[in-house]
Amino acid sequence: MKRNMSFFNMTTLTLGLAFLYLPMLLLMIYSFNESRLVTVWAGFSTKWYGELFRNQQFLDAAWVTLRVAVVSSTIATVLGTMAAWVLVRERRFLGRTLFSGMIYAPLVMPEVITGLSLLLLFIAIGLDRGILTIILAHTTFAMCYVSVVVSSRLVTFDRSLEEAALDLGCSPMQAFGFVTLPIIAPAVVSGWLLAFTLSLDDLVIASFTSGPSSTTLPIKIFSSMRLGVSPEINALSTILISIVAVGVVVAALVSKRQIARRETEEREGQK
Amino acid sequence: MDTKPAPAPFAPWNDPAAVPLIRFEGVTKRFGDFTALQDINLQIYPREFFALLGPSGCGKTTLMRMLAGFETPTEGTIWLDGKNIAPVPPNKRPVNMMFQSYALFPHLSVWDNIAFGLRRAGQDKETIKARVEEMLRLTRLDQFARRKPHQISGGQRQRVALARSLALGPKLLLLDEPLGALDKKLRQDTQFELMDIQEKTGTTFVIVTHDQEEAMTVASRVAVMDAGRLCQVDTPQHIYETPNSRYVADFIGEVSIIEGRVESVAEEIAISYAEGQKPIMTRCAETVSPGQSVFYAIRPEKIWVGSEPHPDRINSVQGTIVDIGYLGDVSNYHVRLDSGQMVKALMTNAERYAASRFTWNDRVWLSWSRHAGVVLTS
Repeated sequence: MKRNMSFFNMTTLTLGLAFLYLPMLLLMIYSFNESRLVTVWAGFSTKWYGELFRNQQFLDAAWVTLRVAVVSSTIATVLGTMAAWVLVRERRFLGRTLFSGMIYAPLVMPEVITGLSLLLLFIAIGLDRGILTIILAHTTFAMCYVSVVVSSRLVTFDRSLEEAALDLGCSPMQAFGFVTLPIIAPAVVSGWLLAFTLSLDDLVIASFTSGPSSTTLPIKIFSSMRLGVSPEINALSTILISIVAVGVVVAALVSKRQIARRETEEREGQK
Repeated sequence: MDTKPAPAPFAPWNDPAAVPLIRFEGVTKRFGDFTALQDINLQIYPREFFALLGPSGCGKTTLMRMLAGFETPTEGTIWLDGKNIAPVPPNKRPVNMMFQSYALFPHLSVWDNIAFGLRRAGQDKETIKARVEEMLRLTRLDQFARRKPHQISGGQRQRVALARSLALGPKLLLLDEPLGALDKKLRQDTQFELMDIQEKTGTTFVIVTHDQEEAMTVASRVAVMDAGRLCQVDTPQHIYETPNSRYVADFIGEVSIIEGRVESVAEEIAISYAEGQKPIMTRCAETVSPGQSVFYAIRPEKIWVGSEPHPDRINSVQGTIVDIGYLGDVSNYHVRLDSGQMVKALMTNAERYAASRFTWNDRVWLSWSRHAGVVLTS
């Protein structure tokens, strides 16, 4: 499989990768810096990791972020899947164009506007800002991403599978549960993952809708940055990068193995 | 040797006492401005293998989807077993359908696909197991039970779809282009298999197809459709030998149609079709009067091609061979008559080398009997 790359390709690849990953690499290296000064190397140390785990504020913020991400992405997945299903299945109903436009609008809406309008809404209805309001806000904007992902799968979904389920005695709800949902599950899961990551790293909307008791990790990082870059932040970022990297690699390996297995199965099936 | 009395031919449509399973009464279906079906009146009897045949867009699939419950008639009533089925949703009908795409559930094994309907019906485990195994045996799929649909071949998938739709023991099975995705050889084998299974289970089958050969092979009766109307509903033999219109004659098999005018009416009627040519002499079941303009339809295999007129046949015309299609078992001749009409003739190559008897631009005589063709008025 080894193929000799031309000098040009090699250079492009190296430059591209360096452009993407050099800053992160630098950040990771400095997270092991002994010195308090971020830009001066003073020897290897893991003490900032220790500091980080003793910092209750960071831990609280991480916990809030995780809860917000799990709950909001789950609600967004349910609502987004329902919206996608209606938009793809029901070709004609009153206000369809308006509805689909409204679903996709948050995709192009500046986050500042989404955040501000949600803030105004929460004030108007007298809802105290806290973890609940962040969840609501994240659900709102993550839902449209989920519905985009799921509806792109539903468009290619063979409608006759649902009809076959109805024909074999399913009620429309059962047909969805027994046939449609299992088949589109990968799209639903990737919609959930997308919503989850969006919620994890959202700063703008969260800062509009969070209250004093509920700071998310991005807000925490951003606000401590204003006091100067601390090596603790480097350590925190390194942990986040590692988690994401492991996740990406595992996902890639799993899907590669799945594809390989399906190919062998199909080859055997043809015998 | 055979001492059993010959069974009476299966023809409930000729029996006035027979009760139809399905009755369409003045059924019309419109989609917006488009009329998909126009005033359909049709009766299908129990144990029939009924074929809906027509070009794409003729409404045959809509007709079938109304039986399955995926469409409702705009006007008229469909009776199934004495009940109006318009208000019954698809999951409550004693009707199952085999889809054109097979619509096998990709996430379930062959076994679970077949068991799907039985589970929804809430049958107990033992009954389901017995029934699924019976279906697997019927469709010869025993050793594939644990495979997923993407792990089996097209022909096997087709049999899974059939087994799944038969598992619930429906009163009526609908088959939407069931063999369309198979190659020709497999399709022919499967046609006979389908007929066999239909006979074994005694289920009424309604098949939708655009393949006239398929319809002729499997069906007890064929309905030829065009543009939302039923043109002719009859046995394959009647459809072929006594079509009721030019459309049906042309749609089923090969035919040459000669336009002419009735010259005289006696035991045989004479149809003149060109200046200075002897009129065509033919028997005619329909009542026609002299001077009426008619169409004479004749099948290629009814015409004898020779170097001189056939002594026993009443009609003989001379023409020139324009095209020859050699198919091995038979040869197709396209002959231009001296009057300009093109006529197709078909000769069996019963003897080796005899096929090369005629070649392009040869002058030949075409001869046929008084019973060979049909007179059509529309």
